[in-house]
Formats: sequence, C-alpha cells, structure tokens
Amino acid sequence: MPEAEAMSAPLWALMLMTVGALVTYFWRALGVALSGRIDTASRLFEWVACVAYALLAGLIARMILLPNGPLAEAASPDRIAAAVIALAIFFLTRRNIGLGVAAGAGALVLMSWGRGFF
Amino acid sequence: MPPARRFASPREAALAGLRDSIGVPMLVLGSSYLGFGSLVEGAGLDVWLGLFSTFTGWALPGQIVVIELYSLGSSLFVVAAAVAMTNARLLPMTVTLMPYLRAPGTPRWRYYAVSHFVAVTAWAAAMRLCPSLPENQRLPYFAGFGTTLWSMCLVTTATGYYLAGGLPGFVTLGLVFLNPIYFMLVFVADARHRARMLALVIGALLGPPLHLVSADWGLLITGVLAGSLAFGADLLLPSKTKGGGHA
Repeated sequence: MPEAEAMSAPLWALMLMTVGALVTYFWRALGVALSGRIDTASRLFEWVACVAYALLAGLIARMILLPNGPLAEAASPDRIAAAVIALAIFFLTRRNIGLGVAAGAGALVLMSWGRGFF
Repeated sequence: MPPARRFASPREAALAGLRDSIGVPMLVLGSSYLGFGSLVEGAGLDVWLGLFSTFTGWALPGQIVVIELYSLGSSLFVVAAAVAMTNARLLPMTVTLMPYLRAPGTPRWRYYAVSHFVAVTAWAAAMRLCPSLPENQRLPYFAGFGTTLWSMCLVTTATGYYLAGGLPGFVTLGLVFLNPIYFMLVFVADARHRARMLALVIGALLGPPLHLVSADWGLLITGVLAGSLAFGADLLLPSKTKGGGHA
C-alpha cells in the first residue's frame, strides 16, 4: 500500500471514506438517471445482488472468526458461541432480529466478563 | 398491504415521515450505528471521521467495509472496488423507488438530493407507503423519513464512539459485535431467493480462508467468486419457483 505510507493515518482514512462515499452516491445518482429505462428484474442485477451478498457474508464470517481490532481480544469459542446463541434466539423468537442481536452481543459480553473473572 | 394514509399537505407528509422513522426503524438502525461508532473507535480513528463516514457514506455495509479494509491497510483501488460491489444494489433500489417519488413540476435536482437517503430502512418504508400517497406528498414523506433517520444515526455514531472509549473492555466487545451479528441475522431473515441464499452460504464459507490466502484481495475475490458460483448454480439447478422482481 504505497499510498497509505505517504499519508498520515487520519488523512488516509478520510481519503478512503471520501472515495467510498463517491462510489456509493454514484450508484444512487445513476439509479435516478436510469429510472424507467432499465429492467431491475434482469439477470445482470441478480448477479450484482449475488456478488454483494457473497462479499458481505464473507466479510461478516471473517469479522466473527478472524477479527482485527477489539474483537480479536475476545476468545474465538466465545465469538462463535455468541453467534450461535444469536441465531438460536432469532429462530426461537419467530425471527426477531432485535432480540437475536441483543442476545448475541449480551452473550459475548457475559462470556468475556466470565473469562476475566476466572 | 399498503396502509391507506393521506396527509393534509406535503408538509404534513414530511412530518409524518419524520414521526414514522422514530420507533422500530430508528431503534434497530440506531443501535447498528452505535456498533459502527465503536468500530471506528476500535480502528483508532477520530470521532469526526466516523461522523464524516455516516454523513457522506450513508449505507452501513459500505461504511463497515471501508473501516475494516482501512484497518487491514488495503489499497485505494481495493476499497473503491469493494464498496462499489457492496453498494451496487443501491442502483436497482433507486430505479425501483423513483416511480413512486415522481410528481409533476418537481425540479430534477430534488430527486438527486433525496437519492442520498436510498438505503434499506428508508427505502423499504417508502416502497410500502408512497404508492398509496398523493403524488405531491411522496417525495416529502421520503425526505422526512430519511433526514430524521440520518440525523439520529449521526448522533448514535458519536454515542457508540464515546461509549466504546469509556466502557470497560468486555462491554465494548458487545458493541463492536453488534454489526456482524446484526447483518448475519438480517441476511438469514432475508434469504428467500435461492441464488442469494447460496451466495450467503458460499460467501461465508470462502470469506475466512480467502482472507488468510490474501488479506488484500480476499474480500473482492470472495464477492466475485462466491457470488458468481451462486448465480451460476441457481441457473443450472432445476428451478422450483422462479424469483420475481426484487432489489
């Protein structure tokens, strides 16, 4: 990453965020411009959706299994158990996302606290 | 079923949008932005960078991609490509929403301005309600909903940032964990189309190993490879019921 080394960290982050925002807004503006002229049920858009889903699923699996940053301080079995608990509560509560998230995050906090205790 | 609602004026419609966004949508998205704020803190960045990201980047998955790839030291190209792939779905979403926002006599720039609010929560609310509203109340409703949600998420971004910095480490873990868990459940809840369900499963399976192979390119390769595999498998496998329009 030659560019990253030439810049201070906050400036580099600002640069990445700006580019990310421009790319994001580009899709929206293009959507306004093309509205009424393209078929969103086409195979191209189905492929686009598949790529986005796969990329995010890959990122999330990686964030849970191989995190960088603060989550790396939590033990791997704890992170995996907390994710499983979130899924279990989600299905037990008739697919309530809020309760699932709260249970998963709460479980990770409790398990990490327990490990610090013993 | 779209609830039959009618407001006295476009102004009333905007205020209704404002009120509708407060409640479940704000609770769910607001807590996710708490998580985003804590992620920014964990990456060692200033709070104003987190606010800048929420202000300009508005669409959480892309914002998380930027922070995660920044932490890994990825190049500008990799970040731009990953955000482009993550957020490309905003194009068909905007295309589908626009017919429900149009009203005669509206200057074109207003459509471009409110398109910034196209992200899952506000989009879903507008897709549900706007078709049943008089034409001149649709864009105001969406703008009211979007502006409120966006402002509140700026507040929770900052709140999450300071909570993560101030709370004991094991509590911060819970905050940082909010986003991966939230998106995991959103995806599980949303996996109705076979192609997308396959994309999620193959992506989740390939993501971690490909990251180990190359921290630089793993995410992009996961997206293109797993996404195309899922798309191809869905085409080849015998179809039971073919999925219709969606975003």
